[in-house]
Amino acid sequence: MTKVFTRPYSLKDVETHYCGGCGHGIVHRLIADAVDELGIRERVVGIAPVGCAVLAYDYFNFDVCEAAHGRAPAVATGMKRARPDLIIFAYQGDGDLAAIGMAEIIHAANRGENISVFFVNNAVYGMTGGQMAPTTMIGQKTETTPRGRLMEQEGSPIRVSELLAQFDGVKFVERCTITKPKNVNRTKAAITHALRMQIEGKGFGFVEILSPCPTYWGLQPRVAMKMIEERMIEVFPLGQLKDIEEKK
Amino acid sequence: MAKVTIITQRCKGCELCVESCPHGVIVMSKSLNDKGVHFAQPAMLEDCTGCALCAMMCPEVIIEVEK
Repeated sequence: MTKVFTRPYSLKDVETHYCGGCGHGIVHRLIADAVDELGIRERVVGIAPVGCAVLAYDYFNFDVCEAAHGRAPAVATGMKRARPDLIIFAYQGDGDLAAIGMAEIIHAANRGENISVFFVNNAVYGMTGGQMAPTTMIGQKTETTPRGRLMEQEGSPIRVSELLAQFDGVKFVERCTITKPKNVNRTKAAITHALRMQIEGKGFGFVEILSPCPTYWGLQPRVAMKMIEERMIEVFPLGQLKDIEEKK
Repeated sequence: MAKVTIITQRCKGCELCVESCPHGVIVMSKSLNDKGVHFAQPAMLEDCTGCALCAMMCPEVIIEVEK
């Protein structure tokens, strides 16, 4: 018998602290898989966010650095400029990247730094207890919007991928999700593509991943996945927004 | 026939593997693991084709598939 699926070497064989059904575990696995396939484990450095994935350095079997809240793209810029031979990726959530770290991501993208950013969007603040995030959808109930987010009071959700795709420095932007195996494979392809572009020195790659937060959405994991497909994709349409290497 | 191995003590009971299996090979247990959750376990292995869709969806990466 041959093994058709096994844990990637770049992912430590430990238990994660994530809630059951959280998308972070799947995204971690996809990044570890991509790193293994590209054979860059010895020279890849990840940057963990502040948020639920703050302990990502305990799970990845390669170097991971922790940045101040939202500053992962700034730390990545410094690392990449000091050590261009390393492969640097920032792993960020929506509270980290779209709220406190909005300035850093916009300027890193506009400068066209040769880094990869993986943005896990679950439309809520997970670690701090389920408050409204900039990406929370209109009508979505959170701890701080108990009657649902109102356009007049809190504004509309920020579409970070569309925002970044307009900059000339940005070379690759794709929005994916992990609701079913087909989408998981698509996400893995996007992550691998962003890392490969960085290896080839082509510039800034950004992958947004719509991910469930069953705990703070108050839904069962399988229902949370359906909610992404039924509601979230309408607000955050999937697909490739930009790629300088257009596929034929 | 393929073989599915699950580290049941680390299962958090999210049922995403059950949902993704096209042949209903994986079922939730009646008993609880040390965490106090009903864990996923392979049943009816004779129906398993080794497609590994369950493993692909497992957030804890505790499923291993052999064929």
